[in-house]
Amino acid sequence: MARVTTADDTSSELSLRVNGTAHRLRLDHRTTLLDALREHLGLTGTKKGCDHGQCGACTVLVDTGLADTGLAGGPASGRRVNSCLLLAVMAQGTGITTIEGLAAPDGELHPLQAAFVERDALQCGYCTPGQICSAAAMLGEAAAGWPSAASASLSPQAGPVTLDAAEIRERMSGNLCRCGAYVNILAAITDVAREAP
Amino acid sequence: MRPFGYLTPPDPAAAIAAVTGRPGATFLAGGTNLVDLMKLGVATPDLLVDVTGLLPGRIEPVPGGGLRIGAGVRNSDLAADPRVRAGFPVLAQAVLAGASAQLRNMATVGGNLLQRTRCLYFQDVTKPCNKRVPGSGCPARAGDHRNLAILGGSPHCVATHPSDMAVALAALDAVVHVEGAAGPRALPLGELYRLPGDRPDRETTLERGDLITAVELPAPGLAARSAYRKVRDRASYAFGVASVAAALDVDGGVIRDARIALGAVAPLPWRARAAERVLAGRPATAEWFGRAADAELAEAAPLPDNAFKVTLVRNVVVRMLCELAGTELAGAAS
Amino acid sequence: MTARVDGPDKVTGRARYAFEHPADGAAYVWAVPSVIARGTIRSVDASRALALPGVLAVITPDNAPRLPGTGDPELALFQTRAVAYRGQFVAAVVAGTLETAREAAGRVVIDYERAPHDVTLTASHPGLYKPDFVNPRYETDTAAGDFDGAFAAAAVRVDATYRTPAEHNHPMEPHATVAAWQAGTLTVYDATQGPSRAAGQIAAVFGLEPGQVRVIAEHVGGGFGAKGMPRANVILAAMAARVTGRPVKFAVTRPQMFAVTGHRAPSIQRVRLGAGPDGRLTAVCHDVIDQTSTLKEFTEQSAVATRHMYAAPHRRTTHRVVRLDVPTPSWMRAPGECPGMFALESAMDELAAAFGIDPVELRLRNEPPVHPETGQPFSSRHLAGCLREGAARFGWAGRDPAPGVRREGRWLTGTGVAASTYPARAMPSQARVTVSPSGRYQVSIAAADIGTGARTALLAVAAESLGVPAAAIDVSIGDSALPPAMIAGGSMGTASWTWAVIKACGALRDQVRARDGAVPPGGLTAHADTAADIGALPAHARYAFGAQFAEVRVDADTGEVRVPRLLGVFAAGRIVSPAQARSQLIGGMTMGLSMALHEESAMDPQFGDYPNHDLAGYHIAAHADVQDIDAVWIDEEEPELGPAGAKGIGEVGIVGTAAAIAGAVYHATGIRVRDLPIRLDKLLT
Repeated sequence: MARVTTADDTSSELSLRVNGTAHRLRLDHRTTLLDALREHLGLTGTKKGCDHGQCGACTVLVDTGLADTGLAGGPASGRRVNSCLLLAVMAQGTGITTIEGLAAPDGELHPLQAAFVERDALQCGYCTPGQICSAAAMLGEAAAGWPSAASASLSPQAGPVTLDAAEIRERMSGNLCRCGAYVNILAAITDVAREAP
Repeated sequence: MRPFGYLTPPDPAAAIAAVTGRPGATFLAGGTNLVDLMKLGVATPDLLVDVTGLLPGRIEPVPGGGLRIGAGVRNSDLAADPRVRAGFPVLAQAVLAGASAQLRNMATVGGNLLQRTRCLYFQDVTKPCNKRVPGSGCPARAGDHRNLAILGGSPHCVATHPSDMAVALAALDAVVHVEGAAGPRALPLGELYRLPGDRPDRETTLERGDLITAVELPAPGLAARSAYRKVRDRASYAFGVASVAAALDVDGGVIRDARIALGAVAPLPWRARAAERVLAGRPATAEWFGRAADAELAEAAPLPDNAFKVTLVRNVVVRMLCELAGTELAGAAS
Repeated sequence: MTARVDGPDKVTGRARYAFEHPADGAAYVWAVPSVIARGTIRSVDASRALALPGVLAVITPDNAPRLPGTGDPELALFQTRAVAYRGQFVAAVVAGTLETAREAAGRVVIDYERAPHDVTLTASHPGLYKPDFVNPRYETDTAAGDFDGAFAAAAVRVDATYRTPAEHNHPMEPHATVAAWQAGTLTVYDATQGPSRAAGQIAAVFGLEPGQVRVIAEHVGGGFGAKGMPRANVILAAMAARVTGRPVKFAVTRPQMFAVTGHRAPSIQRVRLGAGPDGRLTAVCHDVIDQTSTLKEFTEQSAVATRHMYAAPHRRTTHRVVRLDVPTPSWMRAPGECPGMFALESAMDELAAAFGIDPVELRLRNEPPVHPETGQPFSSRHLAGCLREGAARFGWAGRDPAPGVRREGRWLTGTGVAASTYPARAMPSQARVTVSPSGRYQVSIAAADIGTGARTALLAVAAESLGVPAAAIDVSIGDSALPPAMIAGGSMGTASWTWAVIKACGALRDQVRARDGAVPPGGLTAHADTAADIGALPAHARYAFGAQFAEVRVDADTGEVRVPRLLGVFAAGRIVSPAQARSQLIGGMTMGLSMALHEESAMDPQFGDYPNHDLAGYHIAAHADVQDIDAVWIDEEEPELGPAGAKGIGEVGIVGTAAAIAGAVYHATGIRVRDLPIRLDKLLT
């Protein structure tokens, strides 16, 4: 996808597709996707915890078509990424899903959202959108058979990964929670993983 | 962060020309290291040349049984690839031990190789650092160096290379393919990195405008019996304190071939050739594994707060080789 | 179990935190921290910053508005050219965009006169002195009997020094403020644990009447003490808004939080225990060495818990502090009790080992009938019950105390136990309850929910007090315009607020009954103030207690520590909201695990700051570090602390966890680690 800028332009007209809606913005190239969402699109559900990819609070989902690098296969639910390290200008041409886009159009909560409420898998709530987006993608990764550092076997014949406690803890470690809701987050994700087809 | 231009050139040659032609230009792939460094003020480009659409993004088999991994392949796809998992488990394990899922989804193979040290003083532009500003000094030696190098450092710099993937690639004799202003070339991974010496600012042998396009692995062979062990201060999502990539070929209790590389202990992925030389043709016993580790660590030059890494590396090497060989560990500790 | 009422807002991203409140035409602030630890600012050159298009102002000591209220030096921004610690805010940029503000901040050139700095705490530092009191207002030293004589004569003695490092609260939400002035009134959306108190303190800084400042904190992303009092962010934002005449947004960056938002200072603690042959303590001494900044004295009260934990006739507790060129310490979850009980409970474990007595049994033998130092009766104390219940649930019976003898493959295994305690208090608060003719109730109180579940707890007590379904009640908190209330801190929030709310609900219920249920068109309102009730509390000793049990495994090759099981059993009066209370207790224990194994802000004397000043360098426990953690409570009647009888459980969870883990590590390895965190290099053999 050709993007027309010269080497000296320090900002660009961008189109960002967020939660199914296309937004046209002129943004300083330094603007991260995180700040584009929060400061320019009024989508404050995604949080800034550290701004350096060290806490996961900024986790959003991007379509696998990101950057046209031939990423055939992989999770259908989208890839989880740290939006604080993604420049908005890099996120053109890919669909972005934030916490605001997880619930159904009629407001019915995503199973993970409902499970988090049910299991009290949150306290202050600041890491929560990132946890939920991360977990949504994680379920897709496991369904696609992606191993983790906790996987007993790397064998490709293993098929979809069974998400036991050790797997979920390892796969969710990119999302810090200072309130220490980890125990309940594990319970919430386990509930949903059990229900998943 | 200074304002910068952003280009998406149509082909690698145009990208290389864009970077070679402008001193403040740099390549952008996944951005997980570069954007971080730009926010810290450590990297100050005025033009980003986005190559994510230009780099080969697939893993292809090569004649002979090896794999050619496009530099644009994301870390997570590399680790999930069935051929990597089956033929080169050390590589899949190494990648999965690094960073977080979110970062692995964005980070590319090329970018992973070229990521900068996480030395706390390198990352802080308000402090001296010989790597950032040659001649300004190295405060790590008198300061916080617990996580820094015990091998390969110099009086000027004791930074460590933070990549796990590169350690596995070093053990696998990976070859790096580069496109540059002077055309394409290939070099063993061991020739990509430089030791700091008295010029820690020069980290690689790449020239300005050189673009890593692929990493090639030879046929599995030995690699099919390999593993990666990363030791860190947290159970996950932390840089290594020490890591070991190892592969072993044992026949009738005798070591036919061994590959060992160490991570988080040196300015580059450290191929433990002295250890490998000790092991060749020796019995696959804990005692010999210990001797091999000792031979490699004989040249270690630890600092006061990271001397524990010597013991740690030795213990991990011995344990890993025992597990790969199916040998009992008892009695190996020195 | 009632679900957290703000759960749906938080899981959908609807909940707005301070920085996220929309403000038309808002400008952005980026702070400039000092790069020297001590000295003065000779000059500030803002010319290159001001040259950037979009920069509205650069605020420096040269041009900053004079602040009438400089009583709190941490809030007296830019009023002096003196620099007290590295990272202190010394200038700030206001610009139209975040990116411009950040770039401009990097262009501000400050010429410093650097002075030699001292940032190192030592047990024999010549600058150590005895403060007039320790946080918040406890006596500095206490003594009874003849400790030295009794200790020397004791059959068994422990004399050990424990060290805790500097630690940082690090709520996931960085401190942030959106500030706007309107006709001389300041409105701030601020990340604060206490809107009422904050409004008063901010007003004092700017020389305003309290009514001229409104602080709104609808949702707060954690605090753990760091948001208990106003910080530089709210003053800076308000100042920038005044200087530019525009609303302003400011968030402290994560690295900046290591300097300007408070932290737990390092401690050096010497504990001496002497006991008779029966295991009963005869002599207890706890000496604390602490540090503070040169700006403000804050002495963490680490020996205070020792004053009430165990019986012993001969006792001494002391605190000494030195002013160093370091950031100002402040409250961090369970200040005093947290580091202090690590030391005391570790010493008790060492005493148990010295005796060959089971560590649970040792504590049971030393239960005091009344407060050992004041002689006051305990309003309720069930530490023994917690220890017994915990031991039963944890499978403690038959534990072989021998250290370093259990091995499963490459893992050495062990278990440990420690006691936990935290004061139970309530502070005066006010509440208002109204009912409309349609039967809709409104409860209003300037409480704050920082993740504790305050809204849910208040809804529960209001429903119970009014005798109506929760669905008929709206609870409003988080706004200084509401009836003033205690901060969400010191584990006093729930106790303080429920007291006021129950009182107000009771009064309203009386009004409704007096009218036979007929609510007039204008509705009915009841107001309550608990100041007199709290003032009338008898002088008794009120604490929550608990017992912490830990199981650890240590890798014999690498020294890596894993904690497969933690169990906390607590006695904390009435548990108002069971689901949220369990979450809080487990959250506290998780933070205790993190303290035991991971957390350290390591000061570099070359620079006077913490080189590991981000979340990659400062480790807090991640998902993979946390295995099974359970928290339960035993039934306890607390007869004195208000109509709810709630003791507060926000902090007791962190107290004792680290000692239990350290004891388990000793049990696994035979290595006694007395300085936290317990990292692998301390266990490598």
